[in-house]
Amino acid sequence: MTVASPSSLRNEPTITPELVAEHGLKPDEYQRILDLIGREPTLTELGIFSAMWNEHCSYKSSKVHLRGLPTKAPWVIQGPGENAGVIDIGDGLAVVFKMESHNHPSFIEPYQGAATGVGGILRDVFTMGARPIAALNALSFGDSKHPKTRHLVSGVVAGIGGYGNSFGVPTVGGQVRFHTRYDGNILVNAMAVGLARTDGIFYAAASGVGMPIVYLGSKTGRDGIHGASMASAEFDDDSEEKRPTVQVGDPFAEKLLLEACLEIMQKGCVIAIQDMGAAGLTCSAVEMGAKGDLGITLDLEKVPTREAGMSGYEMMLSESQERMLMVLKPEKEKEAEDIFRKWGLDFAIVGETTPTKRFLIRHHGEVLADLPIKELGDEAPVYNRPFVETPKKPVIDAKDVKAPLSNADALLKLIGSPDLCSKRWVWEQYDHIIGGNTVQRPGGDAAVVRIEDGPKGLAMTCDVTPRYCEADPFEGGKQAVAEAYRNLSAVGATPLAITDNLNFGNPERPEIMGQFVGCVRGISAACEALEFPVVSGNVSLYNETNGRAILPTPTIGGVGVIDDFTKSASLSFKTEGDVILLVGETAGWLGQSVYLREICGREEGAPPPVDLAVEKHHGEFIRKLIGESRLTAVHDVSDGGLAVTLAEMAMASGLGATLDKPDRVPPHAYWFGEDQGRYVVTVRPDAAAAALEAARVAGVAANRIGVVGGTSLRLGGENDVPVADLSGRFESWLPDYMAGRIDA
Amino acid sequence: MKSAVLVFPGINRERDMARSLKLVSGVEPAMVWHAETELPVGTDLVVVPGGFSYGDYLRCGAIAARAPIMDAVRAFAAKGGLVLGVCNGFQILCEAGLLPGVLMRNTRLKFICHDAFLRVERSDTPFTRGYNAGQVIRVPVAHGEGNYIADHETIARIEGEGRVLFRYCAPDGAVGDSSNINGSINAIAGIVSERGNVAGMMPHPENHVEGIIGSTDGRGLFAGLVAQFDKAA
Repeated sequence: MTVASPSSLRNEPTITPELVAEHGLKPDEYQRILDLIGREPTLTELGIFSAMWNEHCSYKSSKVHLRGLPTKAPWVIQGPGENAGVIDIGDGLAVVFKMESHNHPSFIEPYQGAATGVGGILRDVFTMGARPIAALNALSFGDSKHPKTRHLVSGVVAGIGGYGNSFGVPTVGGQVRFHTRYDGNILVNAMAVGLARTDGIFYAAASGVGMPIVYLGSKTGRDGIHGASMASAEFDDDSEEKRPTVQVGDPFAEKLLLEACLEIMQKGCVIAIQDMGAAGLTCSAVEMGAKGDLGITLDLEKVPTREAGMSGYEMMLSESQERMLMVLKPEKEKEAEDIFRKWGLDFAIVGETTPTKRFLIRHHGEVLADLPIKELGDEAPVYNRPFVETPKKPVIDAKDVKAPLSNADALLKLIGSPDLCSKRWVWEQYDHIIGGNTVQRPGGDAAVVRIEDGPKGLAMTCDVTPRYCEADPFEGGKQAVAEAYRNLSAVGATPLAITDNLNFGNPERPEIMGQFVGCVRGISAACEALEFPVVSGNVSLYNETNGRAILPTPTIGGVGVIDDFTKSASLSFKTEGDVILLVGETAGWLGQSVYLREICGREEGAPPPVDLAVEKHHGEFIRKLIGESRLTAVHDVSDGGLAVTLAEMAMASGLGATLDKPDRVPPHAYWFGEDQGRYVVTVRPDAAAAALEAARVAGVAANRIGVVGGTSLRLGGENDVPVADLSGRFESWLPDYMAGRIDA
Repeated sequence: MKSAVLVFPGINRERDMARSLKLVSGVEPAMVWHAETELPVGTDLVVVPGGFSYGDYLRCGAIAARAPIMDAVRAFAAKGGLVLGVCNGFQILCEAGLLPGVLMRNTRLKFICHDAFLRVERSDTPFTRGYNAGQVIRVPVAHGEGNYIADHETIARIEGEGRVLFRYCAPDGAVGDSSNINGSINAIAGIVSERGNVAGMMPHPENHVEGIIGSTDGRGLFAGLVAQFDKAA
């Protein structure tokens, strides 16, 4: 092996322990580098290692546990490990999707942080040959009373909208929550879903020696250098000084990149393609070479740059947005270049594939780096970090929970609380109708988007209940997947696969690692039982500020298919006289409920357990009835319990309902308990008996609990609550809060 | 009806527009790239769709208004050809001098995406003949800069000549501050040129042409245009 002497480079600082530490590498990790290459690395090489071996890119703390996740099913075309997961939905069509976090950048610079989070995930999807057809996001903010929260909400929402709206993808759903544990470390999890032909999927693995490597898209600037390393460290009070590591998004450039990429793919110009996301040129080039068992040589003077005088080190670590790396069919070079020029984008041949399996970086002929390409990824440290299981919490008996308010007043309070109130203020800033295919807009259980001209529809949802995960990681992990499954079932979609975005604190702390391991095991168990595999995902660790970790937040993005989108069910009550049925058992589980937290001021107890067999059985039952057009409305029961579910169905229509008084369970536990596996459905009066009989035959617990009608919600034994009062509370909290009319 | 849909870099509702034109007229529209200098022969209707042409950098529509194809559009309009601009298309037509006024940032400074109620002000134009005057239609909006403004004299003229096609209104057709979603002068949502052949509007009729996807209230605009040409032919 001929190794040019990178150490002969001038002007390089000596590699000191301080410099190594600044690159986020631990002393033993640096020793590993020395052992691997048999010499001291150059500064550029040190930068490359820091980019490849940080937590964000290497998954070094999570890898051993992620291996246990179920990733296979007959409809899975591509599981984790590529830019995004791919599933087959029939008719020669594939759905490509993934969720990814942009937490740290969004806290430091909310608009650009969130915007580039959206840009990055869209790129992951269209890199694989799919046109994005929907975007979702799950946002966790600090307590509404925290002085920064309003500013962060405002910036993040504007950033997501600013990017997605301009790019032209409908943002159709998501989650927004507030909790003090996100005060110094918000979460911005962005999901993108695209549509491709099954015979038109593109991958990162390069093939063929001497093939041209082409740089596409925007020019490289000095922004985002070490972004991935920042994302792999804890925050402290000085974190805002890291603002220069946040990239700036250009949705216009991304839109052009999308159209140009899809055009060259369609023309058959592409051998392999990889977007430049975290760790930019370094990560994308290494991945293309390593996956294809090839070496890569790059000549950096050919890289289009925004300013003169950028060093090789800067170019290799820049996280400038809207860039792609591609291996081109040599005979198609001219055609591809013409397409890119037409769209006004940069197109430069910056290197070639080699048989050496070396990652060789030259700048004006000088060798800046010469590293073994496979080992850069494969030899990254892997940690099986010590963990302690989260101690079990006691089960809270509803009889031990005093109801401080009447149930009618509690409902009004809950419906106007930060977590349960309407998020209209957020989603009306997102273009959720572009494309002309949005069948169910935000605000329902799952968004539904028509696929091409139909009749198929795609349903999508983002779910997790962090307080459950904190109290019992295993049950919480299960519940996140089960809820996604339930939300998809509630609109009539067959759940097909998930993407998981695992947000946790510092994995070097055994109790945090215990949360991670517990949640992943829970997710695994649920995916297995529900035949709902993981096809893509992202891990975000070190979500801590000054030693305080976020709530464990493994966000699940679920995708399902409806054969006929016109049959999809929605949650609004439809007609006076419709009979209301409750599917599932109600024991009145108040532990970790929103009621217990918001009304009683207690965040306590074990979360509701999830019986996965029951979830599956109930989901299948609901989907069958929706498919047979026997239900007039469907809504899953989740945060806030039965009363909140009924209130949401009432508010969506303006119609009230009269509900029977509970006979077995204490009223507050009946109305607000969060027992799992439940749905509220309505049926036409003459179809009620048959629906109950169908449930009996299927062995599904179902009961008639009331009837639709009037303009108030009459919970049996409680005061009437006018639907208009509920809507007033529901719709006003967030606009009032954002306008500064209320403190919290 | 042969329509031509202009495509500028950054436009993103051209596919929605093309699909709706096809759905209502039965004819696939021609997609015309901004760098072209001529419209397809036999074009009946030019549509400038929505999006963020050139990223809306500089000023909405300002760069697109100077694209090569716009000279051909100006010549087409000068000969009386029908031109429709929707959302960014409206902004582009204003910047191109084909319509008076300008679209400013929404008064509440935020992008808004929701259904809006529009009162159709007249039914005797090629763009609104599919509706009745005074009819209220529900059509979505999706814009950050839809606040229509012009100088006092221009507004007086537009109003005097009855050139307002659509106004934002309440579900019952009443026009007032609470239903004026973006702060436009006189709640103006769409106008037509002096000669009556160039129209611009912020809301998206092309996103409400199917009952299963929202509503069919936008269909009347396209159906009216088709009828216009059927009659002519």
